[in-house]
Amino acid sequence: MRTCLIVDDSRVIRKVARRILEDLGFDIAEAADGAEALAWCRTAMPDVVLLDWNMPVMNGLEFLRGLRMEPGGGAPKVVFCTVENEVAAIREALESGADEYIMKPFDSEIVAAKFAQAGLV
Amino acid sequence: MKPEDRDLVAQLCAARSGQLADPAKDYLFETRLGPVARREGFESIADLMSGLRTRREDRLIWAIVEAMAAGDSSFFRDQTPFDLFRDELAPELARLRGDQPIRIWSAACATGQEVHSLAMLVDEMSGDHPGAQFEIFGSDLSERALEKAQSGLYTQFEVQRGLPIRSLVRHFDKIDDAWAISPRIRQAIRWRRLNLIGDLSRVRGFDVIFCRHVLEAMIEPAQQRVIENLTAALNPGGYLVVGSHEAQALDAQGLKAGAHPGVFQTSADTRAAA
Repeated sequence: MRTCLIVDDSRVIRKVARRILEDLGFDIAEAADGAEALAWCRTAMPDVVLLDWNMPVMNGLEFLRGLRMEPGGGAPKVVFCTVENEVAAIREALESGADEYIMKPFDSEIVAAKFAQAGLV
Repeated sequence: MKPEDRDLVAQLCAARSGQLADPAKDYLFETRLGPVARREGFESIADLMSGLRTRREDRLIWAIVEAMAAGDSSFFRDQTPFDLFRDELAPELARLRGDQPIRIWSAACATGQEVHSLAMLVDEMSGDHPGAQFEIFGSDLSERALEKAQSGLYTQFEVQRGLPIRSLVRHFDKIDDAWAISPRIRQAIRWRRLNLIGDLSRVRGFDVIFCRHVLEAMIEPAQQRVIENLTAALNPGGYLVVGSHEAQALDAQGLKAGAHPGVFQTSADTRAAA
């Protein structure tokens, strides 16, 4: 079973995302900020990361840039999931190595569609 | 709604657009006709129906039929037909047509997601087929759906249904809370209001027609009429793309089933002359 690391400082968002992604067949791991997520990736690289942008300690963009520098860090698909919905922000995420991008609020239909586009389901 | 009112609406839908409106689906009638009643100045759906019976105005009948016909739509819906168009149909047609235009029609395009998806694909692959000219058409029964389609404005929810993020940033601008498709894509499409069971004898010369999730919502005689109309509108060797689950309706219609479910082709006998 493939693993998805959900990175979001909101416990509620993590819970909602977990339910949706478990239904899509993923094993779930959780992290509350970018630093915790990076530590997790150094231990066991996930197949997919669902990534919030604005978080304490280390934000999503900093995490993504750090991840892509790690050995094997180019492999996971990274899907941003954030309230940042300006074109400039989306472009910055893509240029930093994001594969897909979800603008909050999201629902199961949007997550399933975005994961399908990224070839994840 | 009263059962006799639902029956009347179902009959009007069948007669005017061939649409199958199931009188058992009360919620559907309420959801679709509530806004029509408000827009037309009636206090309730019951008043709207009473007004319809009294006045029998053609404009009011069409407002009801069009509202009932409103379909669900999303960008790159089902994905496979678009992959097929990009990878097989378009390259073949570009080779056969040379510098003659390749004409593509999204029949019953609703609020435009399908036809905009095709226009984005064509834009993205234009470098692969130098010299090929694509002409893209969108039609729908509903004036209101066409107005929205032509505006090219979509909500955040709509652009997240089926549209890859790279296509969003490439082809859309964000305007306040809405996403507007670029003028280049919007201007590549020609629009027309068309009733697919009407007289389409002047609609001809298409190489590919997308008509998906339409037949499934029609009464059987109307399905046959639509298939005849669309087949006649195709060039020899042209392709008709329906929903894969709608293919059954096209059996024995003089169309050749293609290698992919839901894709049919007219005889290519005269293609060399086309």
